[in-house]
Amino acid sequence: MATVETSRVAAVRHYGLTLRAWRILGVAAVLVLACVLPFVLSSYHLFQATQVLVYAIALLGLNMLTGYNGQISLGHGAFYAIGAYTAAILLDKTGVPYWATVPIAGFVCLVVGFLFGLPALRLEGLYLALATLALATAAPQILKFKDFEQWTGGVQGIVIIKPDAPAGLPLDGDQWLYFFCLIWTTLLFLIAWNLLRGRTGRALVAIRDHPLSAASMGIDTALYKSTTFGVSAMYTGIAGALGALVAQFVAPDSFQGLLSIQFLIGSVVGGVASIGGALPGAIFVQYVPNIAESISRFAPQAIPPPQVIYGVVLIACMYLVPMGAAGIVRSAAARLARMMGERPPH
Amino acid sequence: MQALMHQVLSGLANGGIYASIALALVMIYQATHLVNFAQGEMAMFSTYVCWLLLQAGLSYWVAFVLTLGFAFVSGVAIERVIIRPVEQAPVLTVVAVFIGLLLIINGLAGWFFSYTIKAFPSPFPSDAWYGGPYMSPHEVGMIFVTVVVLALVFAFFRFTPLGLAMRAAAQNPVSSRLVGVRVGWMLALGWGLAGLIGSVAGMMAAPIVYLDPYMMTGILLYGFAAALLGGIDNPWGAVLGGPIVGVLENVAGAYVVGTELKLTVALLIIVGVLVVRPSGLFGRVLVTRV
Amino acid sequence: MSTNAGAILETRRLDAAYGPTRVLQALDLAVPAGGIVTLLGANGAGKTTTLRAICNMMVHCAGEIHFAGRRIDGMATEDVVRLGIGHVPDGRGTFVNLTVEENLRLGAYTRRDRGVAQDFERVYSYFPRLKERFRQQAGTLSGGEQQMLAISRALMLRPKLLLLDEPSFGLAPLVVQEIFRILRAINQQEGMSMLLVEQNASIALELADQAYLLETGRIIMAGPSRVISSDESVRRAYLGY
Repeated sequence: MATVETSRVAAVRHYGLTLRAWRILGVAAVLVLACVLPFVLSSYHLFQATQVLVYAIALLGLNMLTGYNGQISLGHGAFYAIGAYTAAILLDKTGVPYWATVPIAGFVCLVVGFLFGLPALRLEGLYLALATLALATAAPQILKFKDFEQWTGGVQGIVIIKPDAPAGLPLDGDQWLYFFCLIWTTLLFLIAWNLLRGRTGRALVAIRDHPLSAASMGIDTALYKSTTFGVSAMYTGIAGALGALVAQFVAPDSFQGLLSIQFLIGSVVGGVASIGGALPGAIFVQYVPNIAESISRFAPQAIPPPQVIYGVVLIACMYLVPMGAAGIVRSAAARLARMMGERPPH
Repeated sequence: MQALMHQVLSGLANGGIYASIALALVMIYQATHLVNFAQGEMAMFSTYVCWLLLQAGLSYWVAFVLTLGFAFVSGVAIERVIIRPVEQAPVLTVVAVFIGLLLIINGLAGWFFSYTIKAFPSPFPSDAWYGGPYMSPHEVGMIFVTVVVLALVFAFFRFTPLGLAMRAAAQNPVSSRLVGVRVGWMLALGWGLAGLIGSVAGMMAAPIVYLDPYMMTGILLYGFAAALLGGIDNPWGAVLGGPIVGVLENVAGAYVVGTELKLTVALLIIVGVLVVRPSGLFGRVLVTRV
Repeated sequence: MSTNAGAILETRRLDAAYGPTRVLQALDLAVPAGGIVTLLGANGAGKTTTLRAICNMMVHCAGEIHFAGRRIDGMATEDVVRLGIGHVPDGRGTFVNLTVEENLRLGAYTRRDRGVAQDFERVYSYFPRLKERFRQQAGTLSGGEQQMLAISRALMLRPKLLLLDEPSFGLAPLVVQEIFRILRAINQQEGMSMLLVEQNASIALELADQAYLLETGRIIMAGPSRVISSDESVRRAYLGY
């Protein structure tokens, strides 16, 4: 039997580094920049940056579910709210330290998300979107419900005291909170990246694109889908808990249906089936409403209300940039790599 | 007992509005297999147009008819311009475009007409003879108008050639082309008709819930619930689902969950139907062939 | 190439493709006015694609198609139909949720003249079974009755050319014979031209005046059906003897 000779092809190098090395370098640069920010930004801007980190986690959760697994959720604001309220109630009513509320909130949302994912198995595409939209719209009502007031604080909500930095660190409360969120963001991104680039990721995409083939190949579609729902909810729930700490209060009106839609838009803008896209998406969710508001305060009737901007961005994105910011970066990087590419040595 | 009667009858009146929205949703679903998330906002905007005409001094029924025309034309325009390009697109794109449409219309309404709540007149005077101890004249009028509109729509589909062509185009676009039906325009007409029906719902609801850009959000949800309950592909189901949801909403709201949680009732109906019996009470059970 | 005078339908160098897959290659065929032409071939040869290409349905085409003196390639299906081509698609294409009467009424959808009521009678005279069932839902008819309904719907258009895609498919032999007998009657009484695509070669060759043989998108044989049906290779490959 003839043997096939396989030659070892050296990886293509661009300016001395492989593509993989460049990517790691890029991420490291972003991390370094992230660590420097708290020392150069004012307190208010730091608060906004922290919120961006929080939204990035929430969007990452949504990307996992909708981008990778194809289950459209218009209701992730509800999980964000559950996470936030879990943390707030624990802090308000029990002696649980602030740093422990985050994983607890994550666990609660994991369970709730998984349970919601079970009936959601029977819903496809538009119907799932519809059911989750109903959830998002009904959530504020449930939070305001009189009978739950003793825990939820009703319409007024619950106030949270900002945690202090651990003794010995030269950071003030805001800076510590930023790093606390940064640690969570980095950790969760790493976990997601690890999960999604391996078998799990491929299984999720297979279920999204060819559910019947995936099932016939032995992938337990139902288990994957429900678990993805749970994990996705967990991510967004952790984000909600962190968000509660950052905002220092929770109230039903912070979690209107629009929040879920903003998450969807952020996801689409960043790139719905990407991990890195969660970051530009989070920047969009945090800053665009602020910018829109400042312009409208400046010239009240000059620009339409933010909803119009969101709607136009959403539709324009779907037509022009369906892969989002991450897609743009990816194709630009590919083009750059082709231009700079050196042939492997023979 | 009296209170219960009032809740039930009031629920039936509301049910007329829900039935109209549900019918609009079913019409578009039948033709395109798409759920129009923006139906409520379209209805709301048309109601604002009516308000504008009334402000300009026109009498109620003249403004009403002109608004119907506006709703029809804008429905056709939206289908041709915004929906047409994404009809065959993947689900996420479709959902995104619908939500985008919802946001844009909502924002434009707030921009043009401001977010302050406005009163909207009812054409049925509050001391009219047909009012009673259980139902206000407006509620009676609502039922009457809804029945008339629905009857006209059904007659149109059942007895006119154009209605037949639209039904054919929704059921079997390929064969429709083979008999010369312009399927694309049938879809646009369907949207126009759905917009028209929706505007009736808006104009009937506004005197009760008051006119503001968010007035239709809850009603849309109830309309979804009614459409799903009746069977998303069955117009008769929509018409029956409306009153059922209306009565359930009122009765559950008054006696079970309290009025603040009424929207949750809609949520429960939606999730319940989708999980237990996705084809609704009267829809066809779809079997997917592998 | 000179025009084939007296041809109601003519294709010249017709190519057709589904996406990147080429199905028809440089097809030249003609249907004489008042005649019946049959297009034969095995599964996948491109017969249905030819009919679809004429009506510009689902398939991407190049080349020329001439109908009743005008070029129709590139025209939308709805407009081709309005020029007078009645297409009875494979699988019948009946509106299964509508009644027989509604199906027929749709066949006459584009007609603006007053003869529609007459045409109902005409169609019922060819297919009396439809008259018995005219209020019935089309989906509840038998296969043969649905085929009759599909043909009748096309007839309601008062077409100049009738395209038939495998009308014998899935039907019992007696029913097939009845339908083909009626097709012959229609052709003789009204002079309606027909282009018939069939897998059942023997019955098609009985009905048609001319035949084309299609193999993987190309015409490999053409001529009067007498000649084709007596050809050795055709007999062995398509007629089974």
